[in-house]
Amino acid sequence: MNFEEYAGKPLLAGRGIDVPKGGLAKTPAEAAEIAARIGPAVVKAQVPTGKRGKAGGIKLAATPDEARIHAKTIIGMEIGEHKVEKVLVEEQMPIERELYAAVLNDPLSKSPLVMFSTEGGMDIEEVAATAPDKLHRQPVDIRRGFSHADAKTLVQGLGLGAAEDKVADALAKLYSVYAAFDAELLEINPLIVTGDGRVVALDCKFVMDDSGIVRRPDIARAGTPEKLTGLEASAKAAGLKYIDLEGNVGVLANGAGLTMTTMDVIRHHGGRPANFLEIGGESYTQAKPALELLLSNPNIKSLVINFCGAFARTDVMTQGVIEAIVALKPKLPIFFSVHGTGDEEAIRLLKDRLGVTPLATMDDAIKAAVEAAR
Amino acid sequence: MIVRGTDRMLIMGITGKQGAFWTERMQAYGTKIVAGTHPKKAGSMHCGVPVFATARDAMKGAGFDVAVLFIPPLMVKEAAMDAIEAGAKGLVVMTEHIPVQDVMYFMAAAKERSARILGPNTAGAVTPGECFAGFMPAFNERIFKQGSIGVISRSGSLGVLFCLNIVQAGYGESAFVGIGGDPIIGTTTRDALIALDNFPGTEAVVMVGEIGGSMEEEAAVYAKTMTKPVVAFIAGGAAPKGKKMGHAGAIVMGDKGTYASKRSALEAAGVTVLDTPSDVGAALKAGLGR
Repeated sequence: MNFEEYAGKPLLAGRGIDVPKGGLAKTPAEAAEIAARIGPAVVKAQVPTGKRGKAGGIKLAATPDEARIHAKTIIGMEIGEHKVEKVLVEEQMPIERELYAAVLNDPLSKSPLVMFSTEGGMDIEEVAATAPDKLHRQPVDIRRGFSHADAKTLVQGLGLGAAEDKVADALAKLYSVYAAFDAELLEINPLIVTGDGRVVALDCKFVMDDSGIVRRPDIARAGTPEKLTGLEASAKAAGLKYIDLEGNVGVLANGAGLTMTTMDVIRHHGGRPANFLEIGGESYTQAKPALELLLSNPNIKSLVINFCGAFARTDVMTQGVIEAIVALKPKLPIFFSVHGTGDEEAIRLLKDRLGVTPLATMDDAIKAAVEAAR
Repeated sequence: MIVRGTDRMLIMGITGKQGAFWTERMQAYGTKIVAGTHPKKAGSMHCGVPVFATARDAMKGAGFDVAVLFIPPLMVKEAAMDAIEAGAKGLVVMTEHIPVQDVMYFMAAAKERSARILGPNTAGAVTPGECFAGFMPAFNERIFKQGSIGVISRSGSLGVLFCLNIVQAGYGESAFVGIGGDPIIGTTTRDALIALDNFPGTEAVVMVGEIGGSMEEEAAVYAKTMTKPVVAFIAGGAAPKGKKMGHAGAIVMGDKGTYASKRSALEAAGVTVLDTPSDVGAALKAGLGR
C-alpha cells in the first residue's frame, strides 16, 4: 500500500525526524490560510506517483495570495493518471545540501537494505546508473537492527562535515520507522542539510507491505487505496483478486501462475484476455461469486475456466461454477480445462449436472474460447 | 531443496484442517512423518504420530530433519524460529501473506544455522516414488511419475499443469521443487536449478518462472554453464505494468522484472523458452533427442 507524502511524513516526525512545518489543503482558501501561518511556502500536489515537479505540481509561493493561486492551478491537475485532490503547503527551507536516504526489503541479500547517497534530489535510479560509487548500500541483520553507531559507520568519510552526526541520527530513526510499520520501502529524497545546520526530510515515500496491514490497521488507514474499477472494487469486497483488462475472453483459473498463463496463452492464440481473476489459495471455495462477477462484465464474449488442482480442489471449484451456471443460466460459450486434485469427481459433476465435457488440454479450451469471442 | 524419502518430517500445525488433510496424503504416499506440533495439544496423537508443544520438544522426543509449516501468517516467524533453533536441516513454509520483515528475520537465523528454506508461499516439493511435502497432488499418476525431468516452479497450480504435460509427453519427474510466489524466498530459482543439475537421475530441467524480481535472470547465468537441456516458461507476458498479479512477487515496476528481460536473458543462455505450457513435451524431445 502506497502512502502519499502528507501521510508518510507524520510517521517520520513521530520518531523524531525533522520535517518542515505545514498542512494539508483541499481548497485554495485553505492553502492561503496555511501559508499565512507559516510564511513563504511551497505548494505540493499530493498524488501516489513520482515526477510531480516536472509535471508542474510543485510551486513556490512567497505570499498567501500566491499560495492560493498555485493551489487553484494544481488542484484538479492530472499527474500520471491521478487527479490531484489535495496539496501539501509547507514552509520553504534554506537548502544547503541534498542527500538521499532509504530502507527497503532486498530480495538479493534477503534482508533490509539501507541506502544512502550524497547525491540527493534527483532520480536515484539515475545515480545508481551514472555514479554507482555514490550510492552506498548497507544490508542489515534484521534481528539486530540498525543503530546510530551503524549509521555513523555508513556516512563517515562522505564529507558531511558538521552535519554528519545529525544525518546518522536521521538514518537510524528512518530504520526504526521502517521496522515499526512493516515498510517494504521507506525513502527520503531529498534529505536536506539547511544553512543553519538542521537535517530535514523534504519528501517521504512510504510503501507498506500489504501482508503487514493486518498488524497495523491504524497506520494503514492513512494509505492511498488502490484505484479500482467498479468490478475490481466489488471483487475486492468479496475477497477476490480481479483486474480488468481490455479484451473479450474471460478468465477464471486457480492460482496466480496458472491465471497469468491462461491470459498469456489467450494472447498467444490471437485472442485478448478480458480480465485476471484467480480463486487459488484459501479463496478456492469462492468459485460461485467469482463466476457471477465475470458474468456481470459486458465485455466478455466467451469464457475459459481453467483449473489445475494442487492445494485447490478442482471438484470444490467446479461445484461452485456449476451452482453459478445453474442459477444464472449464462448465454455465452464457456470452455473448461480441468486437471489435478479432484479432477475425476469434477469431470463427473460437469457431465452429470451440465452435460459438459472439459476439453483435453488447456490450449484446446483457450483456442475454442478465442474462436468463439471473434 | 529436494525432499527425500529418508527425511524425517515434522508437521507444524498438524491438528489444523489443512495440516491434517495433507499429512494423511503425505503419509499415504510414503513420506516419513515422525511428529507434529500444536502449542496446546502436547501429549496427544494425531494422524498416528505424537504431538509436541514445540519443535524443540519434538527434536528431543522424536528427532526430525525437515519441518513443514501449516501455520497462519502472523505466527510463522515464531514457529520457524522454533524449528531453526531446534536444529531443523530444512523448512518447507507453505503460508502465503507472511509479513516480509518476519520472513527476513527467520531467514537470517536459518542462514546462520545452515538450515535450508523452501518458500514461503510454496505448494511444496515432490520426489516421485519417494515422498512429498506440501499441497501437491503427488499421488495422481497422470501428474507425477518417476522419471528424469527436474521441475522448478514459483506457482503450485502452474507447476501441476507442467507436470501433467510432462507425463503426457511420456516423461516423468526426478523431482519437483516449488519455490514459492513471494518476493523474498529461501530457495531461489538459481538454487533449485543447481540442486537439480546435481541430482542423480535428472537429465533435463523445466523452469517455470513468473514476471517480477530478477531470479530468472540470475538462474540464466547458471543455466549457461549446464550441459543438461533447460526448458523455461515465464508467466505474465500479458500482464499490465504496476499491478500485483496475485502473487506478491509478480509485479513489474518500470523495466525491472519484465517478461522481455527474463526471456532474453534465458534465450541468451541457450534455454528454450516456451510460448505455451503445452509445448513442453516437444521442447524436451528436441533437447534430449528422444
